[in-house]
Amino acid sequence: MIRPAIRALLLALLLLAAGPALAVQPDEVLDDAALEARARTLSAEVRCLVCQNQSIDDSNAELARDLRLLVRERLIAGDSDQEVLDFLVARYGPFVLLEPPKTESTLILWYGPAALLGLGAIVVIVTLARRRKAATPTPLTPEERMRLDALLDEEDDTGRPA
Amino acid sequence: MRRLFALIPLAAAVALVAALAWPILDGRNPQELPSVLLDKPVPAFDLPGLEPGAPGLASADLAGKPVLVNVFASWCAPCRAEIPRLQALAGDGVTVYGLAYKDDPVATRRFLSDLGNPYARIGVDRDGRTGIEFGVYGVPETYVIDGSGVIRHRHVGEVTDRVAEATLVPLLKELEQ
Repeated sequence: MIRPAIRALLLALLLLAAGPALAVQPDEVLDDAALEARARTLSAEVRCLVCQNQSIDDSNAELARDLRLLVRERLIAGDSDQEVLDFLVARYGPFVLLEPPKTESTLILWYGPAALLGLGAIVVIVTLARRRKAATPTPLTPEERMRLDALLDEEDDTGRPA
Repeated sequence: MRRLFALIPLAAAVALVAALAWPILDGRNPQELPSVLLDKPVPAFDLPGLEPGAPGLASADLAGKPVLVNVFASWCAPCRAEIPRLQALAGDGVTVYGLAYKDDPVATRRFLSDLGNPYARIGVDRDGRTGIEFGVYGVPETYVIDGSGVIRHRHVGEVTDRVAEATLVPLLKELEQ
């Protein structure tokens, strides 16, 4: 009988050994490991235009496969990573990049959330500062102080310790 | 005044939602991409014909008069549905060229003999490379190309009666002048 702990350990080992299901087919893989690694990194940055929320590295669509092969072909032909991406952008537009380039039309996309967060922080700081100011007690006027002293003196007369 | 000030975040949130919802309510398909090649010359290509001896399709064939280039395949259902409309357009004197995208020529031939052939010329793009040059991402796609070989419009998806009447025909008429 296998004890539960060992069974759990075996299961964990099996899960670790199981690789993720890859869209990249064995016949696509390049012999040159360095080039293949570059191709994989690039493919992860390129949008599959059929599924649109997957990279071509993840997608099983026909077009994704064609583009993966194309990326590898360009790399073998000696293109730099940027040249490969430029090649794709020239045909499919900047939407083909999963990370949008920083241009005028994507400024809001890139900096909008940070700007909103900053604005929120300013509002919070201003509100807190105001609240603290409102909570600070105003000092007593001379008349108020005299009345307070008189009241305290009265209490002393009752015989309590001063 | 104080109360008005407090309404600013609400107003800003409403404005943000409105700005994000507008393109959807406006009827734009967010998955449809504008072609990068719009108002640019067609990419260079030279494809063989469907039969031995039949004329193929090359970028050089796209100069002279405005034409439609229809990217199609026998495996694509909307392509099947739009063939009668393309035939009607061809009957009205529009030159329609076909780009057989990633299709077995035998299947393409059967497809055309079953449904009819609206294409004046067909280029066989067996490996889909010319499709990539055009930025094709969904078949069918239909390109309007003017007399100097410049891409003037791309329609992604089936050419419906509405698309033909409201977009393609008026644009072709305009380009002919």
